[in-house]
Parts: sequence; C-alpha cells; structure tokens
Amino acid sequence: MFKNKKFNIKEFLSENAVPVVFLTLSIIFVYYSGTQPAIIMNDVVARFARNAFFVLSLLFPVLAGMGLNFGIVVGAMAAQIGIYTALALELSGLPAVLLATVVCIPFALLFGFLSGWLNNKTKGQEMLTSMFVGYFAHGVYMLLFLFIIGGIIPINVYELVLPSGVGARSSLDLTQIKGALDSIVKVDLFTFVFILAALSAVITVANTIKNKKLDVTKTVLTVALVVVGVAGNTLPALSMFKRVVKVPVVTYALIGILCAFISMFFKTKLGQDMRAVGMNMEIAEVSGINVNKTRITANMISVVLSAFGQIMFLQNLGTLSTYTAHQNVGMFAGAALLIGGASVTKATVPQALLGTFLFHLLFNVSPLAGQNIFGSALIGEYFRVFIVYGVIALAIVLHAAKKASGKK
Amino acid sequence: MEKAKKLIQDYGVSRFIVTCFAILLLVVAFLQGQDMNILFSDIINRFGMYAFFSLAMVPSIISGTLLNFGITLGILAGVLAGLISLELGMTGLTGIGFALALAIPFGVIVGFAYGLLLNKVKGSEMVVATYVGYAAVYIMCIGWMVLPFKNPAMVWAIGGEGLRTTITLDGYYDAILSGMWNFQIGGVTIQGGMIAIIALACFIVYLFTRSKMGIAMRAAGANPIYASAVGVNVNKQRIIGTILSTVLGALGIIIYAQAFGFYQLYTAPMNMSMYPVAAVLIGGATTRKIKISHVLLGTVLYQTIITVAVPVASILVPDGGLGDVVRIIVSNGIILYALAQAGGNK
Repeated sequence: MFKNKKFNIKEFLSENAVPVVFLTLSIIFVYYSGTQPAIIMNDVVARFARNAFFVLSLLFPVLAGMGLNFGIVVGAMAAQIGIYTALALELSGLPAVLLATVVCIPFALLFGFLSGWLNNKTKGQEMLTSMFVGYFAHGVYMLLFLFIIGGIIPINVYELVLPSGVGARSSLDLTQIKGALDSIVKVDLFTFVFILAALSAVITVANTIKNKKLDVTKTVLTVALVVVGVAGNTLPALSMFKRVVKVPVVTYALIGILCAFISMFFKTKLGQDMRAVGMNMEIAEVSGINVNKTRITANMISVVLSAFGQIMFLQNLGTLSTYTAHQNVGMFAGAALLIGGASVTKATVPQALLGTFLFHLLFNVSPLAGQNIFGSALIGEYFRVFIVYGVIALAIVLHAAKKASGKK
Repeated sequence: MEKAKKLIQDYGVSRFIVTCFAILLLVVAFLQGQDMNILFSDIINRFGMYAFFSLAMVPSIISGTLLNFGITLGILAGVLAGLISLELGMTGLTGIGFALALAIPFGVIVGFAYGLLLNKVKGSEMVVATYVGYAAVYIMCIGWMVLPFKNPAMVWAIGGEGLRTTITLDGYYDAILSGMWNFQIGGVTIQGGMIAIIALACFIVYLFTRSKMGIAMRAAGANPIYASAVGVNVNKQRIIGTILSTVLGALGIIIYAQAFGFYQLYTAPMNMSMYPVAAVLIGGATTRKIKISHVLLGTVLYQTIITVAVPVASILVPDGGLGDVVRIIVSNGIILYALAQAGGNK
C-alpha cells in the first residue's frame, strides 16, 4: 500500500514536472520579492482575468494539431480595430465594449480564415507560419492605423489622431471604457470563494443525482472551498487578503463560461473531428473528415476568442498602446499554456488556467525578486522574458525531437 | 506574350515582383529629385553590412537545416568576441583582426552545440532555431549585465549596471573595412575594401560548395536517405553546415558593427536573422536551394528597397515612417510566401 502510494507521487511529479518546477520557482520569487502576498495576489487576480481568454483560445489549434498559434495576435488587432471604432463613435462604458465586440468579430473571422488557409499551405511548419503571420499582419496593421486612419477614413475625434490629422496616436486613453466589465460587480476574494463553493455544490448535487453515486472529488472540492471561505472571513492572518484582493465577478464568469463551452465543444462532432485531425491528418482524411476545413475552423475560433480576450484585456488596463499592444499576446499565451503543463500537441482547460496563474505570478514577482537576489530589477525582467522564450523553445524541441525520432 | 511569361517564370515570380518594386522605387526617387549618388552609396554600404549574414544561409540551406533563423547565436558569439577585443584595448586592423580571429572559435563551439540540437529536431529546424535564438538573446541580456567587462567606454559611467546598450567603435575600428580603398564613380562611393572582402568570402564559400566535402554536404541536404546509403554521414554534414553558418554569422556581426560604428547589445540581435532570410528568399533561394548569386542579388534588392523606401515614402507621406512599414510587409510577406511554396508538397 505504502509502496504503491510512493510510486504514485513519483508519477505525479514526472507527469507534472513543468508546473511543479514553476510553482517552486514562483514561491521562491514571491519570498524574495519582499512584497505582501495579498498585494501580489490582487495583481495576479487582475492579470489572470485579462489573459485567460488568450491562453484558452490556444487550446483549439493545439488540439487540431497546429501547435501554438502565435498568430492569435491578429485577433488582438481585430479587437483594437473594434475598440478604436467604439472610441471614434464616442461611446463609453459597456455599450463601447459591446460595440467593439460586435465590430471585431467579422475582422477576427476573416483574419482567422486567412491565417488558417496559410497554415494549411504550410503543414508541419504552422508555428513558424503563425509567427510570421503575426509579423506580417503587424505591418498591415501599421499601414491601416498610420496612414489610412485619418488619411482615407476621416476621424473627427481630436484625441484619437495625431496632430497632423493622419494616423492614430500611439497611446490612447481608454478611461471611458476602463472597467466596463470588471467594475460591474466586484467582490472580495473570500466572497468569491463562497460563490465558487455554491457553484461547485450545485454541480456536485447535479452529478450525484445524474450518476446515482456521490461525486467524491467534487464534494471534497466544495468542502475545501467552504473551508477556505470561512477561514478567510475569520482568521486575522488572512484579513489582508480580504481587504486587498478584489475579484471582477463578471469577467471571471465569462472565463467560466468559456471553459464550460470548451469542454462541451470537444464533445460535439466538430470537436471530435478536430481532435481526430490533431492526432493524425491522414487517418482523419480517410475517415471522411474535411481536414483543411476543420483546421481553418479551429484557427478561426482561436482568433475570435483572442479578439474577445484583447477587449477584456484593454478594458482592464485602461490604455491602448495602438502600435504595440498586440505584439506579445501570442508569445505570452503560448508560454503560459506550456507552463501549465501542456505540450505543443496536448492541452486541457485546467492546464490553461493553472498556466495562466503561474505565468502571471512569476511575471509579477520577477523584477523585485531580481532586485533582491541579483541586485538588479532589470535582470529579473530579462529573466522572465527568457522564461517565456526558453519554455517555448524547450517545448518545441521536445515535440520536434519526438516527431523526428518517430519518423525513423 | 508567352515568351515574356516564360521569361518571368524562369526568373521567378516573386523575385520578378520584388525587382520591379525596387526599380519602381528608384525611378520614383529619381523623379522626386533625391540625391541618387547618396542613395547608391547607401545601398552599397548597407550591402556590405548585411552580405555576410546572407552568405551564412548558404551552408545551412545546402546541408539541409534550411533557413538559419538561429544565426542569432552566431551573432551573439561574434559580439562577445568583438567586446573582448575592445576590452583588451585593441584598435585598428589589429583590433578587428583579433575580433574576427576570436569569433571563429566562438562560432565553432556555438555552432557545434547548435548543430547537435538541430540533428535532434529534423523537420522542425526553423521554428526551433527561432525560439532558441530568442531565448539565447535574453540569456545574453543577463550576460551583458553581469560579465566582468571593465573598459569605461563599454560600461555605464555612473550608477548604471552592466554594459551600455550601444558601444561605439569610435577610436577602435570604426569603418576600418568599409572605409578602406574607397573610390568614387560619378559621385557614388564604392567601398573597394568591403567589396573585396565580400568577394573573397563568396569565393571561399563557392569553392567549399564545389569541394569534396561541399558535395557530400549537398547530398546530405538534398536527399538524406540516399546520401546515407552511399556512405555520407548525414548528421556530421549537417553539423559542419551549421558550424559554417554560425561562424559566418559571428564574422558578419563584426563586419556589420565596424560599418555601423557600434556594437548593439541586449535585444538588438532579436530579429536580425529576418534580414538575411528575407534577402536570400528575394534573391531566388528557397528553403532547400541556394546559390551565391541568390545571396548577392537578394541582398542588393532587399537593401535597395530598405534604403530607398524610407526617403521616397517620407516625401509621399511626410509623417509616420511608411518606409519601415513597407520593409515589414515586404520581408515578412516574402518569408510567408517561401514557407507556403516549401510546405505545399507535404
């Protein structure tokens, strides 16, 4: 019995080596950053909310066998077109966000279709292609925002264009839409835990009735959440967390809905087709799946979701760096997914969520930890970007090595 | 008409379009009344700066490791060699000679390790190279902060940490090669020294590709299964190709720096590999085939577009840097086009 259990721990560690390593690293960095954990937590809660959509959007191309879709930056560009339109129409608050969402969808679908089509032309090199799609699209985007806006499309809002009248300003103030989603309902951390506990309880009961058997893991989870909630409201040690950490409920609800949607989606015919294409294109083709079409669909869903993600991101941030806000979206999301324990070909919703959390925790604490460990915040900043590229490089090397040795 | 179509197809459609675009830019520049002498001198100067990087694509492509996006690794090795030459206070031809000589062993070591890695990831070399290159840039960012360089011209004067972002070569070997044997033809400055060096390098690479080893490398790259059947050690050839490419990159950055006047550290080498990749593709190379002529023509065309687009665009549209936008669209567009051409048959 004991031996068996030990074996399991070993297996658990080897299967989850990447998240375990990054969790350890994060804990060390949190310690050395010398910042109040509650303050870090509050920032991570906000970062998680604004980045989860990007990371989740990567699940579709990964499961369809296209690897990490660095081309989701085109979705972010579509979102910025939407936001800019809303600003040009002088909308504010929730209507602006809704309009931006409506406007970005057709653009995102088009961009997703085009990049998906290109991915089909370059099978086996999709990650490289999607990266260059991002770079290429950046050029086209600059053309649009620097010359066509104001140059061909007249913009009447003074704050949106450069003094010459042609081209968008490089930094736009989004005060009028800041928090449009986040501020609808904000609760403290432990109230949020209670909400989660209630949700979890409902699901547990539903599962128990459906399967006529007690869902043990879910019951434990519910109880654990209740315990955490009670502890947070009573223990003085956690009062700082209760005071500082604010959770934007609507944003988290949207993330929850997306997670549920993804789990359900992969049970549908289209979702199953996508998985089949991801496993083996030839077999999928033989069994009557339109491989190219399925891959394009996966790409389009991914781009649309990342467009939504960028809108959520910008309404949280409150400023738009017109020419750079989209650039690192794909890279960071890819790294986050991998840190959660996913590979280039396999990823799950929990991995995406865990990865988003760990990645942004590490991102938050790296500069201060660098300052305190190495005497230089800059080293911490370089280190965290190195982590981004290093983890992506490692994942791609492992995947490519496996693929290459499989061929022999 | 048919004949013209055939001619264009022989020349290559993408190369034809880019050539026309470059000529169009030159014509517009001329009509705008730009100083063509300065423009041509600039093109020649920039050609000299980038030719070595483009040449570095030759061994990697013929050995079958495809376009070397990982030339960044060679660049970092070269910068390190260059900084050591400055740290030792070496100036003039001795300085650059020392830097170049030191860049070779650095490039060999890095290229060897990188070649071993590329042999493990056959079929995905380009994407691996890109990300390994990016990761290496950031490792070296930390390196530039902590390496024990002492030369006051290289480290931040007061209160700063680590090396400066740009390190001037003024007083060391600024323009030592690009200023050598220069002469004028009708107002255009021809950099005799640079052209001689590049010609020599091209000739050496050409001789190499015709040598016994070069032919074995070609075989390994073109058809690895056949090559190993006739006794060529494919993995070894790929490593040699990678080493050569990395060394050329390392030498390239020193030659680039002396023409530019600075070593650029930290994130500057990030996307430097995109320039030669786009250039050789424009010149007519593919991911599997390249000739010296592709290198030379491509570098000239690419640098012509970059050099001429900026002043032309700034007259057409006064604000905003349209020239840079054109560069981004053209270079990434051509890379995507090449990827699509290469990937279509699989």
